[in-house]
Amino acid sequence: MTTGTVATEPETIQAVPLRHYGRWTAAAIVIILVGLFVYGAATNDAYDWSTYWKYLFDQRISQAAVVTLELTVLSMILGIILGVTLAVMRLSPNAVLKSAAWVYLWIFRGTPVYVQLVFWGLFTSIYQHVDLGIPFAVQLAHFNIQGFDAPFTFAVIGLGLNEAAYMAEIVRAGITSVGEGQTEASVALGMTWVQTMRRTVLPQAMRVIIPPTGNEVISMLKTTSLVVAVPLTTDLYAKTRDISGVIFRPIPLLLVAATWYLFFTSILMIGQYYLEKYFARGSTRKLTRRQLAALADAQVESMESQEKR
Amino acid sequence: MNETVTKNGTDRPMVKAEEVHKNFGALKVLRGITLSVGRGEVLCMVGPSGSGKSTFLRCINHLETVNAGRLYVDGVLVGYTERGDRLYELHPREAARQRRDIGMVFQHFNLFPHRTALENVIEAPIQVKKIKKAAATARAKDLLAQVGLADKARAYPAQLSGGQQQRVAIARALAMDPKLMLFDEPTSALDPELVGEVLDVMRQLAKEGMTMVVVTHEMGFAREVADQLVFMDAGVVVESGNPREVLANPQHERTKAFLSKVL
Repeated sequence: MTTGTVATEPETIQAVPLRHYGRWTAAAIVIILVGLFVYGAATNDAYDWSTYWKYLFDQRISQAAVVTLELTVLSMILGIILGVTLAVMRLSPNAVLKSAAWVYLWIFRGTPVYVQLVFWGLFTSIYQHVDLGIPFAVQLAHFNIQGFDAPFTFAVIGLGLNEAAYMAEIVRAGITSVGEGQTEASVALGMTWVQTMRRTVLPQAMRVIIPPTGNEVISMLKTTSLVVAVPLTTDLYAKTRDISGVIFRPIPLLLVAATWYLFFTSILMIGQYYLEKYFARGSTRKLTRRQLAALADAQVESMESQEKR
Repeated sequence: MNETVTKNGTDRPMVKAEEVHKNFGALKVLRGITLSVGRGEVLCMVGPSGSGKSTFLRCINHLETVNAGRLYVDGVLVGYTERGDRLYELHPREAARQRRDIGMVFQHFNLFPHRTALENVIEAPIQVKKIKKAAATARAKDLLAQVGLADKARAYPAQLSGGQQQRVAIARALAMDPKLMLFDEPTSALDPELVGEVLDVMRQLAKEGMTMVVVTHEMGFAREVADQLVFMDAGVVVESGNPREVLANPQHERTKAFLSKVL
C-alpha cells in the first residue's frame, strides 16, 4: 500500500473553461431590452417624474403608509393568533372543535376578502347592539354600536379573520410535518403536551411555517389596499388616489404608492431570510465554515503525525 | 438474579405483567402476556415481526394503553389508577410523571434534529426535572463521554452516523436517571459495522446493574447479556427462560422454526 504524502500528490487541474456563447448572447439581449425600457420610462412625459418626486416624500403619503403598516401588523397578529387556535382545533380529537374549525375555514377561505370587508362595513346595520353575559339570563354589559364609527377597527377585524383561515392551514401543515417519532420521544422523556408542542414540535414546524407566513405578510401588506370596501380611506392606496383625484395625475401617484409598497415588501423579505436561517438549524448535514475548518485542521494534524512516524 | 434482588433490598419486580391484552380495533396484538423483570435484570424479547414485542414495550411506558390485564412498573399500575374495584384513566400529567423514570431508546433514534447532541441530552432534565442548566450540562458531558461521544457534543444529529445518533439517544435517556431502560430494536436501523458500538454501550449498562427490557434481533447479544429471554409470536409468549437454554435447545416448534432462520 502506498502512503499518501504531500510530495506525491498530483497537481491541481487548471482546465480551460468552456465558452458559453449562447448564454452570453441571451444575456446581452436582456440587457439591451432593459436599457431600452428604462430609457423610454425616463423620457416619457406620461410618467411625469417631477410630480412623482414631489409626492414621494409628501407627509400625507408617509402618514398613509404608517396606516397601511398598522393595518398589516394588527391584522396579521389577529390572523396568526386565531389561525394557531383553529389549527389546534382541527387537530383535536374532539369532533365538535374539529368541525367548527372546518366550517370557519370553509366560509372565510371560500368567499372573497373584498366581499367580507364590505360585510364588516355593514356590521352596524346587521347588529344593533352587543350584549355580554349569559344568554337569556344575565346581562353584564350592553354596547350600543350604532354610533360606533370605526372603519379602522372593522378593517383590522375583516382582514384578520380572513387571514386566520389561511394561517390555520399553514400552521396545521407545519405541525403535521413533524414526525410522530418526535412527539413520542418527548412524551417518553416525561414531557407534557404543552412542553412537547413548545420545545419539540413548534420549533421544527417553524421551518415549514415561516416561508408561507412571510408570503402571507407580504400579501397582507398589499391586500390592505382593499380596505376602501369598508370603507377606510386613510391607507396608502386610498390616499394616493385622493391626491391624484384632485391634481388629475393618476400615473405618478400610482408609482408613488407602488414605490412605498415595494420598499416595505423588500424590508419584509430581508427579515424573512434571517428568520428562515434561524429555524433551519440542524436541518442539513452540510457543515458550517467553522466546522469544516476544524475538520481540515484535524486532517492536517493527523497526516503530520503519521509522517513523523 | 436473586443476588440483585437482595442487593436492592426488595423483591418487588421492576416490571410485572399479568395477562396483558392490547387490541387496535378488532386486531388483537397482545393476547395475554404474563412476565416479570426483576431489579437489575436484563430481559430480551425476540420473535418475528408483528408478534407484538414493540407494542408490549410501548405499553410499559404507556405510549400504548393496555386493554385488559394489569401492568405494573415498580409496583405502580401503568396508565390507570385503581380506586375500589374501578379503574380511572390517568390524567396526562400523571402519565408524564410515570414516564420520567423510564428511559426509552427507539429504532429510529428520534433525536431532536434542531438541537445539538448536548442540547438533546440536557433537554428533559431541564424541562421536566427543572435541573439547573450548568448542572445538567456537566452531567450531559459525562454521559456523552460514557457513550464515547465527548467530542460530538456540538454536532447536530444530521451530522452524526446512525451509531453515533443512537448512542446520543441512549445518553439522552440516561440523563433522566431512569430506573428502567426500554430498547425498541435499537440496532435494526444501523449498518452492520455500527451495530457493535451501540451494543457495547448497552453491555456496559447491563454490567452496571441497569434494569433493561430489550426488543432485539441480535441473538449473540441476547445470549451473552440477557438474564431472561422471551420468545413471542402472534401476541403471546411462546417460550421463555435462560437465554442459552432457549437458544440452544428450544422446546416449541415455532421457536425452532424462527431460530433456524435467524441463527
